[in-house]
Amino acid sequence: MMLDSILFYFFAALAVGSAILMVTRRNAVHSAVFLISTLLAIAGIFLQLQAEFLFVVQIILYVGGIMVLFVFVIMLVNLDVAVRQMKFNRQSWVAGLLALVLGGLAVVVYRSGGGAFNLMGAPATTMPPNAEQVGTVLFQKYFLPFEIASILLLVAMIGAVVMAKRKI
Amino acid sequence: MPFGIEFDDIRQYIAPVIYALVIVAVLPLMAGYIVLLERKVMAHMQARMGPMRVGPHGLLQPIADAVKLLLKEDITPKNADALMFWLAPLLSVTMALLAYAALPFGPAFQIADLDVGLLFILAISSLGIYGIVLGGWASNSHYSLLGALRSAAQLVSYETAAGLALVSGLLLGGTLSMKGLVEAQDSQGVWFIFVAPFSFFIYLIASIAETNRAPFDLPEAESELVAGYMTEYSGFRWSLYFLAEYANMIVVSGIAVTLFLGGWMRPLSGVHAHIFGLPYELLDLLPALIFFGLAAWCTKLALRQGEQIQKMVMFLFVGLFVVLGAAMAWSLTSTSLMPGIHGAFWFIVKVLVYLYGFLWFRFTFPRYRFDQLMKLGWQFLIPLALVNLVMIGIGIVLAQQFLWPLSLAMIAANVVTLIVAFWLVRQGDKPSIVVLPAEDELPAAGPGEIR
Repeated sequence: MMLDSILFYFFAALAVGSAILMVTRRNAVHSAVFLISTLLAIAGIFLQLQAEFLFVVQIILYVGGIMVLFVFVIMLVNLDVAVRQMKFNRQSWVAGLLALVLGGLAVVVYRSGGGAFNLMGAPATTMPPNAEQVGTVLFQKYFLPFEIASILLLVAMIGAVVMAKRKI
Repeated sequence: MPFGIEFDDIRQYIAPVIYALVIVAVLPLMAGYIVLLERKVMAHMQARMGPMRVGPHGLLQPIADAVKLLLKEDITPKNADALMFWLAPLLSVTMALLAYAALPFGPAFQIADLDVGLLFILAISSLGIYGIVLGGWASNSHYSLLGALRSAAQLVSYETAAGLALVSGLLLGGTLSMKGLVEAQDSQGVWFIFVAPFSFFIYLIASIAETNRAPFDLPEAESELVAGYMTEYSGFRWSLYFLAEYANMIVVSGIAVTLFLGGWMRPLSGVHAHIFGLPYELLDLLPALIFFGLAAWCTKLALRQGEQIQKMVMFLFVGLFVVLGAAMAWSLTSTSLMPGIHGAFWFIVKVLVYLYGFLWFRFTFPRYRFDQLMKLGWQFLIPLALVNLVMIGIGIVLAQQFLWPLSLAMIAANVVTLIVAFWLVRQGDKPSIVVLPAEDELPAAGPGEIR
């Protein structure tokens, strides 16, 4: 449908455009804001694929959690020094050459791959509720790996607290 | 149709667009009147009159205030980061408005019934923090930056407690959809506040803290930080922050009403008994009566006005109330329209009651100190929310697997939570020993080095 493709190209352009701006901005806070906008655009694409749960988790975890801490830390850094320093060294021709080679390689791989790049289209019908499906898969099919992952995270968290605290 | 757009698409999109436009149009007005209500309630609690000049009992004050704010000079500080300074209030207000997309004002008035509605609202409202943090940073002022830092720390801390409190409500409802949660309360015949009072209590406190309202308004504590993150803002941008704050208050009230207070359901809607020979269904007449009463009161006030313009505006109010009352009365005759229109009425009434709680707290409790705020969040609310969550889970298992009556299981679960709450309070009362780091170990952060 027309509207779908308009929305897709809007989000895709937003994601790529903000990603480029994120790399080229000198001010770290501006970079962080453009990274947030990239993440939000990708969340929009998830929503378009009817993956509402993924969309919400992307926003809650990356935008609402991790990036808040990023911005929090960046704000406290003395930015003036970073702005005054040159961000890029003068090796643009090396980078350009490498980019050209990589691009050529990609074209070669794409040509020789033939029809291997025909990706499956998204299902046209509406999907059943995501949250339930994710829950069922995590807590029934992959219960053990899920628990192991959560124990790993717990260990990391306790480790961080122990390291941050001088005296327990 | 051109562009491959079908008629069904239009019908599918047009109703949500209209609701969205109505919300965006009505919300600033509603925020203005909540401010007026706040000032009036505060005044009466302090034995004053409050705003009385513009319109009868200050009823037109919000409109005058809005005009004043629009006409004020818009100042950008010289060393401010212009882009971020411009973006921050917009972010704040956008995120606050976006959250309304999933809020069910009634069975018929909801922009989108997402399967993950509650998570969506939480996600979007957690983005509002960027408006505050970036605004505080971009102003290039120490007061603003400190306010922004406090705000970020406070929001991150209280979001955990609020989230845990909401999860226990979700367990009872068994769905994440806002509409589904109200329907679950309808089919179970009980509002979740009566099943999980502690979840509601925790969410109430956490929601006040999340909207930066007194007694948790440390990010804008005027005695310490002038006005916190909005110190450098003026005019319209300042009013955008203000609008965002009030819009957020309505959103958190909406979440609490949907999850714990039965959403759009009429009080006692599950009861079909009689009282004094009258059925409870007579409560359906209440909305129409309230609006007609308000219209009569406004007519009385309007006739007393001296100024012609004030008289005219007051008669506009009369007309509005008459139309609303007529809509309420007329919808009683139609079984298809009545749940939608009356649902919206009851939802808004419940939201206003919850908001009154916000105002009441503000004028009753003195502001917390920052360490007290953190202690309350981390050492009382979060442990209590965790225990409450586990207890509610156990209660549900007892009811579903071991076939206990739900009321008995929940009373047992809440009694355990109550005991834990008392224990936590007693632990908190013990004087804690604070070991200050030695003078030379303190990080050297003079004001000049913050930025």
